Amino acid sequence: MNVDFYEKIWMWAALGIIVVFLASIGFTTFGMAVQPPSHVEMIDPETVRTDPEFSQPGVTVHEDGSATVVVQAMLFAFLPNEIHVPRGQPVTFRLTSPDVIHGFQIVGTNGNTMVVPGYVSQFTTTFSRAGEYLIVCNEYCGLGHHNMSAKLIVEDMASGTGGAR
Amino acid sequence: MIESRRLALANIWVAISAFGVAAAMALMQALSRADLDLPWRSERMYYLSVTAHGVLMAIVFTTFFIMGLGYVVTEKSLRRPITMKKIAWGSFWVAMIGTLMVAWAILWGKASVLYTFYPPLKAHPLFYIGAALLVIGSWGWCWVIVDTYLRWKRENAGARTPLPVHGYLATIIVWILATIGVAAEVLLMLIPWSMGITEKVDPIMARILFWWFGHPLVYFWLLPAYVVWYTMAPKVAGGKLFSDPLARLVFVLFILLSTPVGFHHQFMDPGVEAGWKLFHTFNTMWILFPSFITAFTVIASFEVAGRLKGATGWFDWLEELPWGNPTFSSVALAMIMFAVGGFGGAINASFGMNAMIHNTAWVQGHFHMTVGTAVALTFMGISYYLLPKLLGRELELSLLARIQPYLWFAGMLLFAVANHLTGLAGMPRRIYQFEYAGSQIADQWISGTGISALGGVLLFVSAACFVAVMFATGLAGKKQEQPAIEFAEPLEEPGDKVRILDRMGLWVALAAVLIVAAYAVPIIQHLSAETFGSRGFSPF
Repeated sequence: MNVDFYEKIWMWAALGIIVVFLASIGFTTFGMAVQPPSHVEMIDPETVRTDPEFSQPGVTVHEDGSATVVVQAMLFAFLPNEIHVPRGQPVTFRLTSPDVIHGFQIVGTNGNTMVVPGYVSQFTTTFSRAGEYLIVCNEYCGLGHHNMSAKLIVEDMASGTGGAR
Repeated sequence: MIESRRLALANIWVAISAFGVAAAMALMQALSRADLDLPWRSERMYYLSVTAHGVLMAIVFTTFFIMGLGYVVTEKSLRRPITMKKIAWGSFWVAMIGTLMVAWAILWGKASVLYTFYPPLKAHPLFYIGAALLVIGSWGWCWVIVDTYLRWKRENAGARTPLPVHGYLATIIVWILATIGVAAEVLLMLIPWSMGITEKVDPIMARILFWWFGHPLVYFWLLPAYVVWYTMAPKVAGGKLFSDPLARLVFVLFILLSTPVGFHHQFMDPGVEAGWKLFHTFNTMWILFPSFITAFTVIASFEVAGRLKGATGWFDWLEELPWGNPTFSSVALAMIMFAVGGFGGAINASFGMNAMIHNTAWVQGHFHMTVGTAVALTFMGISYYLLPKLLGRELELSLLARIQPYLWFAGMLLFAVANHLTGLAGMPRRIYQFEYAGSQIADQWISGTGISALGGVLLFVSAACFVAVMFATGLAGKKQEQPAIEFAEPLEEPGDKVRILDRMGLWVALAAVLIVAAYAVPIIQHLSAETFGSRGFSPF
C-alpha cells in the first residue's frame, strides 16, 4: 500500500511514542519493581465479622517499626475510622468488606484500592509527610456512599507502641 | 430515497429522546456536585439519576443511534435495500421493550446500581432482563447488516467492500466479541441471582466479565464515529479521503486490540494477578496507534478540502473549511477534544499513574471528553446532516444548530478540565456531596465543582439546542427534496491494494486468539480457585 511520505513519518513517530510509553512502564516494572497492585487472598464475606483478624480491625506497630493496618469497609463506614501510622516506615494495609464493593483512597497519595467482598486487598506504602489525611470510599456503595470516610494520621512513633484501638 | 428510512428514523428518534432525558439529569447532577440547593435534591434522587444518565447516554443513546446510522450507511453505500426487514423491526422492538423495562426499574428507584451494576449491589430483575433484551435486539441488528452485506457480496463478486460498510462490519465484530462477556455475566450470574434462583455471585468474576465487555464497548461507540470522520466529514468539508487503505487498517486494528485489555479497568482489584494486569497494560498501549493514524488521515482530508478551495499556504486551508456547518464543526471539535482525552487514556492505562486517579473525578472528566464529546458530538453533528435527508425536510432553527457544537465544546472544556483537576486533588467520582465530616481537604474541591457546574449548564443549553433543532425539524421543517447522502471519495481508489484488510473472517479469528490469550488462563485460574460468593444488597 502507498502511504504518503509525511504520514509515514507520523506513523513511525506514533510507534515511537508508544514504544517509549511501553519502555517506561517496562522499566518501572522490571527495573524498579513497580508491579501492578495485586493481592490474591480469599475470605468468606459472611465470616468477616467473626474472623479473628478482621473482627479486630486496627493498627499493629511491629518491633521493626513497620505497621499493619486491618480495616473493615462496610455500609457506610470504615472500621477503624481513625488510623494512626508511623512516619517513614512501611505500612501494610489489609482490607475487606462484609457487604458490597467499596473503595479505599487516601486523598493526596497513591494509596488507593478496591475493597471487594470475598477478597482481601493488601498494599504496602510508606508515608514521608506527617499530618492528617482524608480517607474516602471511591466506589459507589449505596445512598450513604458520600458519607463514608475516615482519618489517617501519620506521626512519629516509637516502635512497638500505640496505634491499636 | 432510502428504503429503510422509517427503520433508521425510529432508532434515531429513540436515541435523541434518551439523550434529551439524560442531559436533563446531568444538569441536576452537575449542580448538586457544586452543592447548590435544588428542588427535590436528595441522595436517593442523585444516585437514581446518575444511574439513569449513565444507562441512557452510554447504552441507549449510543446503541440506538449506531443502529439507525448503520441502516443508512449500509443501504446507501451498498446501493441495495437491507434484507430481513421484519427481523430488523423485530429487533428494534425487542431492544425498545428492554429499554422500557430498564427505564421502569431505574425511575421507580429499584435499580440505583449505576451503569456498571457491580454485584453484590442488587437491582430489580427487570433491570438485568431489560438490559439483556436491549443487547439481544442489537444482535438482531448485527444479523441484518451482516446478512445484507453477504447478499451484496454474492451479487457483486470481486467488488471491494465500500469503506463505510467495512467500518460498520468492524463495529459489529467488536460488539459481538464484547457482548459475549456481559451476556455471560447477566444471563448466567445476575438474572438467576436477582430472581432468587441462586443465592450468591462472585463479585470479581462479575467484574472480569463486565470489563471484558466494558472496554470494547468504548470502541463500539467510537468506530461509527470514525466511519463518520473518514467517510462523511471529508465530503461535508468539500474534500476527499486522504487514504482509503489506512482507514481499513485502522478498523482492522480495532477489531484485534479492543478486547484483550479489560484488566486495565481492574488495576486496583484484589483477586486478579499482577502478571495478567501487566499483560493487558501492554496490549492497551497499542490502541493509541490506530487513533494516531486517524488524526493524520482525517486532518489531511480536511486539508485537501481547503486546498481544493484555493488555499496554498501552510495553515490558510483551515480558513477555507466550513466552520459554520454544524456537521463539520462538530466533527472537527470532537477530534480536538479526543486528542486531549486520548492522552488522558494513556495515563489511566499506566497502572502507576492510575493509582493517583482511579475512581476519582478525573475518570468522569476523561470519558466525557472521549465518549461524551468525540462520540456524542459526532453523532449530533451527523444528525444535522442525516435527519433532513431522511425526513425530506429542511433543517429548522439552523442558527441554534450552528452555535450548538461550540457551546458543547466550551461547556465540556470547563467540565472536563475541572474534573481532571479535582480528580487529581482526590475527589471521588459519583458522590452526592463532599462534606466528609467537615474535612478541610475536601473543602478545597468546591472551586473545581463550581467550574464543572458552569460547564454542565453550558452543556445542558447545548443539548437542549440540539434536541430542539431535531424535534423542530421533525415536526415543522419545510417539506422539500433534500440532496442525497454522499460518501467521501478517496484521493486514490483502493483498487486491489491490501485486499487482505477486507477479509473479516481472518481478523475475527485473530481477535479470538488474542482474547483467548488474554482471558482463558485468568478465568480458568479464577474458576478453579476457592472463592466465596456474595449475597445481594440493595442499599438504595
